[in-house]
Amino acid sequence: MNSKYLKWILFLAALLVLLLVSVLLSLSAGEIKVSLMQLPQILSDKGSIEYTVLAKIRIPRILMAIGVGGALSLSGVVLQGIYRNPLVEPYTLGISGGAALGVAIAIVFGLNTLSFFSLPAFGFLGALVTLIVVYLLSIKRGGLSINSMLLIGVMVSFVSSSAMMFLMSISTAENLHNIVFWVMGSLDESNNSLIAIAFYSSLAGLVISYFFAQTLNALRLGEVKARHLGINTGVAIKLLFFVASLLTGIAVSVAGVIGFVGLVIPHLIRLIIGNDYRVLLAGSFMGGAIFLILSDTIARTIISPNELPIGVITGFIGGLVFIIVLSRSKSHFKLN
Amino acid sequence: MEQFFQISNFSCGYPGKFILQDIDFSVAKGDIVGIIGPNGSGKTTLFRGISGELPPLKGKMELKGLDTRKMNLKQRAQNIAIVTQNIEIGSMTVEEYVLMGRIPYHKQFQFFETKEDFAIAEKYMKLTGVDKLKGKYMNALSGGEQQLAGIARALTQEPDLLLLDEPTSHLDITHQVQTLNLIRRLSCELGLTVLMIIHDLNLAGEYCDSLIMMQEGHIRKKGLPVEVLNYADIEAVYETVVVVRTNPISNKPVVFLVSEEVIKKS
Repeated sequence: MNSKYLKWILFLAALLVLLLVSVLLSLSAGEIKVSLMQLPQILSDKGSIEYTVLAKIRIPRILMAIGVGGALSLSGVVLQGIYRNPLVEPYTLGISGGAALGVAIAIVFGLNTLSFFSLPAFGFLGALVTLIVVYLLSIKRGGLSINSMLLIGVMVSFVSSSAMMFLMSISTAENLHNIVFWVMGSLDESNNSLIAIAFYSSLAGLVISYFFAQTLNALRLGEVKARHLGINTGVAIKLLFFVASLLTGIAVSVAGVIGFVGLVIPHLIRLIIGNDYRVLLAGSFMGGAIFLILSDTIARTIISPNELPIGVITGFIGGLVFIIVLSRSKSHFKLN
Repeated sequence: MEQFFQISNFSCGYPGKFILQDIDFSVAKGDIVGIIGPNGSGKTTLFRGISGELPPLKGKMELKGLDTRKMNLKQRAQNIAIVTQNIEIGSMTVEEYVLMGRIPYHKQFQFFETKEDFAIAEKYMKLTGVDKLKGKYMNALSGGEQQLAGIARALTQEPDLLLLDEPTSHLDITHQVQTLNLIRRLSCELGLTVLMIIHDLNLAGEYCDSLIMMQEGHIRKKGLPVEVLNYADIEAVYETVVVVRTNPISNKPVVFLVSEEVIKKS
């Protein structure tokens, strides 16, 4: 086997081990300590308090962390591939804000009560609309330059947050609480169907994005040169945009705005294994899952018995990395 | 003699801005054809038309008797490879970059390169001399080395027609000659047909089998270098006074520029 492929397999296997370790850590840590040695015994005793904690709280949160972390990180890496820009992610492009606005509209107008599927659907619509607006405005401004994209993303975020503030000001106390909850971000979700949607849709997103791994690689040369290699870039980019917004929309609608996962994780994975999307996609997905599992474990244990919003942890770490990436981007960091 | 690549009554461009008019020419297999002309004369637009980047407004283009409009993107990429001027690649090794030339041959959703892909990439890296650099990152290479890697990537596509957009720009004379000697060798040994935009009229005259001189969106003159590179046409197209002589060794035309000061004195 080619040594490059062997390196990729070893890297992904290492990430898988790390994912398992973080899952076990998350299962055991918390106000009620669960001994890993007794895990099989606890899982067989459905009447124990430890079983209830695992089955009702920790396992669903881990599944959410895998789904949401994987989705946000994957969405980030796909958008970076399309834009050929390492600083693009759902959060900086304003897509997360757009998805949150979609969710807020659904809550304020009572559309969330129609079906358990309403929130993901509105989150997705919000993300899609924002993504299209940012993309079209970026092109209109004479190319997909880093400054115009980020500025437009920030502007769109401002517009989204203004619209959200407007909605909050006219909403009831209960709706206001619900919206604030989304904005802060949390993996605490009681609806198993939404957890399943988040988990399976992120896995589906990973599978679909793999069909375009070589397309994303070709896009490293630029859109025109990718076409010279026989890639139908127009169709591929639209599809990848759709997948990215679907992943972001669903992630935000079930877990709220959790920033920087899509920026930090792909960047770290790139630093370790390189920029080939055939390893980057799965690496980013698993890295995002690990990051969110660990962040969530910190969020619910650091001020136990109280809980910090997970966005605080991811934002804090992510913000620092973002500054480092920005300061390095001019000198060495290249995405393609 | 049957023509390998033929463009008839071809027109493409940017409606309302710049349009190529009635382009007609043909190229025999294994020939190197240089496209010359001043900035804004339509050379790059012609390239974009041939590469399929710009859709034709009218006319026909045939490669090996096949209408290129009927080729899908992959078929086109298997037949026509393009080396552009700026190879803006960051953290990608030379080998990774050259292997990208195999993408047109990959099956739908093929993840990994085959042994054959690696062998073909290796062959062309050796041929272009970049095999020694294959583990290096593209952005660590000199302009000349990047150009050679670009040619290796294009050859890995195993095309019938190679389009080169100013392959010698930004290169010193050593690398200019090295690159053009390689192109000449490829044309002789592999029977590769090459169409290249080239600004240096002397290199164009020395290395090309025939030339196409563009002016304001149409072909002003085409033919052998000795027919195209004459002072009347060059002066008219470039609005520059030149003297054309013959290289005593190669018998190819050589163009000398004459400065304004000298013209005034004489």
